[in-house]
Amino acid sequence: MKESKLLIKNARIIDPANGIDESGDILIADGKILRTGTDIAAAGATVIDASGLTACPGFIDLHCHLRQPGYEEKETIASGAAAAARGGYTTVCCMPNTSPPLDNAAIIGHVKDIAAREAPLITILPVGCISKGRAGRELADLAELADAGCIGFSDDGSPVSSSSLMTLSMQNAAVLDLPLIDHCEDLQLSQGGHINDGWVAVRLGLKGIPAAAEEAMVARDIALCELTGARLHITHISTGGSMELVRNAKSRGLKVTCDATPHHLTLTHERVMKAQGGPGAALAYDTNARVNPPLRSSADVDALIRGINDGTIDAIATDHAPHTMEDKLCEFENAAPGISGFETAFGTLMDLVHTGRIDLNALIACLTSGPARALKNAGGTLRPGARADIALLDTGREWTVDVNDFLSRGRNTPFDGCKLKGMVVATINCGRFAYRHNSLRIS
Amino acid sequence: MSLSEPRQGAATRETLPQLSIDSWSHRHVLDLDDFSREETDLVFEIAEGMVEILDRDVKKVPTLRGKTIATMFFEPSTRTRASFELAAKYLGADTISLDSARSSVAKGESLIDSLRTLQALEVDTIIMRHPCSGAPYIAARHLDTSIINAGDGCHAHPSQGLLDIFTMKQQLGDLKGRKAVIVGDIMHSRVARSNIWGTRHYGIKLVLCAPPTLMPRGLPEMLDRCALSHVSIEHSLDAALEGADIIMPLRLQKERQQSGLISSLREYIRGYQVNLRRLAGAKPDVLVMHPGPMNEGVEISHEVAYGTRSVIEQQVTNGVAIRMALLYLIAGGKSR
Repeated sequence: MKESKLLIKNARIIDPANGIDESGDILIADGKILRTGTDIAAAGATVIDASGLTACPGFIDLHCHLRQPGYEEKETIASGAAAAARGGYTTVCCMPNTSPPLDNAAIIGHVKDIAAREAPLITILPVGCISKGRAGRELADLAELADAGCIGFSDDGSPVSSSSLMTLSMQNAAVLDLPLIDHCEDLQLSQGGHINDGWVAVRLGLKGIPAAAEEAMVARDIALCELTGARLHITHISTGGSMELVRNAKSRGLKVTCDATPHHLTLTHERVMKAQGGPGAALAYDTNARVNPPLRSSADVDALIRGINDGTIDAIATDHAPHTMEDKLCEFENAAPGISGFETAFGTLMDLVHTGRIDLNALIACLTSGPARALKNAGGTLRPGARADIALLDTGREWTVDVNDFLSRGRNTPFDGCKLKGMVVATINCGRFAYRHNSLRIS
Repeated sequence: MSLSEPRQGAATRETLPQLSIDSWSHRHVLDLDDFSREETDLVFEIAEGMVEILDRDVKKVPTLRGKTIATMFFEPSTRTRASFELAAKYLGADTISLDSARSSVAKGESLIDSLRTLQALEVDTIIMRHPCSGAPYIAARHLDTSIINAGDGCHAHPSQGLLDIFTMKQQLGDLKGRKAVIVGDIMHSRVARSNIWGTRHYGIKLVLCAPPTLMPRGLPEMLDRCALSHVSIEHSLDAALEGADIIMPLRLQKERQQSGLISSLREYIRGYQVNLRRLAGAKPDVLVMHPGPMNEGVEISHEVAYGTRSVIEQQVTNGVAIRMALLYLIAGGKSR
């Protein structure tokens, strides 16, 4: 499906990178944005009637798990890419906790080959390991990984406990000008925990993971960032205390960025019980609400939303973490943590817009220009000449989440059955449709 | 008609006076958080009849004849399991006991698969104990068979909570205004949690006492959110014991010292052992209880455990009666 010329007519164009929020048209030719404006006509172009729709840069996800190689029963690069495209994503960064892990150039080459062959419709940017085998003992060859195409480094899920190893990795990454994408967790503090350390943990008899487990590591890594001058990106930030630490680091001019996930912005730890937990409540122990970091308190959610509104949070990243039924149909403590998030991200986040808690422009910035800035990536903009990566959004369209309809192999989501308002109706990558909802009007 | 003279077709129901078991709505017994005052009273009323049966020479009644009750224990236990199995046998049920270490669980079978197999074998009620909090809830959601929770992780142990309160009522009568102290490893205690819920209907002032490292951090907020205003928290055992009517030390697991939650047994004993010297601060006739198994000389001294105020053995006997009552209500009270 190759359109040489594509014209998006009468959209609300939101392009936070260029401070634009206005009605108009976008003309795309040869995979690039030719121009934006009003009353554009183009002979021979395929025309999308986007009246009532919002057009913005394609979403960029700084944090997802595509599971290939090694865990193809959870997701493949192809199925993950299809789900991402449906979610409005044109670029996704995949985490290295595959089997084998992405800790050398050969395996990065393998992933890129599969991506080029089986998932050509979106851009997949691999994140390399910080340590060999993600074991936290020996540094991976970061320069080799950078040459192979890694856009950053992370031992996501197995955070580097050794402060000296973390310092070494930052010194190397600073020279490469690539960010460390940091899952902040003090493993000694979080050990044995499965849920936020709060009243719900007590109610359910589960061991808690205190906010301090995240905050202690955020504080350490900010200190190391200051020491080494490296770029530090703190991913899936979940507590108000972490928010304060990042705000402070930014105010001191450190090269610190951060992201939060849609679920940490919209759900609280009460979701694990489902009911409110009072007398007579049927406790759910919902394994689909088990994530790491855990869902936190409503005060933390409020702090994250303030972080979006004051710019402390640069990006919203899905932490798309698909799992099989067997991974979740078990005891809460034994369930694999994670949520399959690509296909619900925008719809769930729109609830924050509809309830007036954040502005649509701020939301779109966190999905486009913000992550592009954190990566120093050229995308996330509708500037003429830029690659034509575009998401078309129907912000008022209501739909019900049905996991049986997911393109992702992972059906693990606490949002199944939720009525959402706001849907991605088309995703255009490099001028070509990566995803198209049947409601899209094309002539 | 007497319970000791079972006839063909005779049912315990006929022998228990005017029980409106229509108010009983539970298909499972998972915790006491969803037990109303009426339901708890109903269990106690039936258990009183069962206590009478236990006093007889011939303890067997045919109430649950033809019913099959399985105990599925994913965690070692002798006391609770024996108590449930005797309860089932005294009511005439057939019992089967599965031990996870020797069953297909050891071969990698999942929780749901193990329980579905039992269901397919047409077992009427499954009594399960599991080291993971919430496991019986997951089972109840995926199975049609009734589940009785015999202890799940640190979460709940409803039959223990019931037998504790039953014992308190038996010994003290009306519990309104009484002060009960549970002392020990509150953090990991499903017994404490079920007692928190169970006592809320009876006007008891419940004091939870533990060293700070064995008290869950989220407890005050949990009590507040769940409107459990009858419960308070105290770190000093001497202060907690002042004017106490009931004292229940919890078993201190040796692992707690290994994991550093207590600095030494000596230190724990110094602050938290229930002994004669400490009991001087409580009411003279303070009731001494213990959910068992005891670590004599650690959380409780020998003289107190076997002293005149101890009702620890009554608790064990009452445990069988309470479990008979639960089985009667779940497996046989109504045909479902």
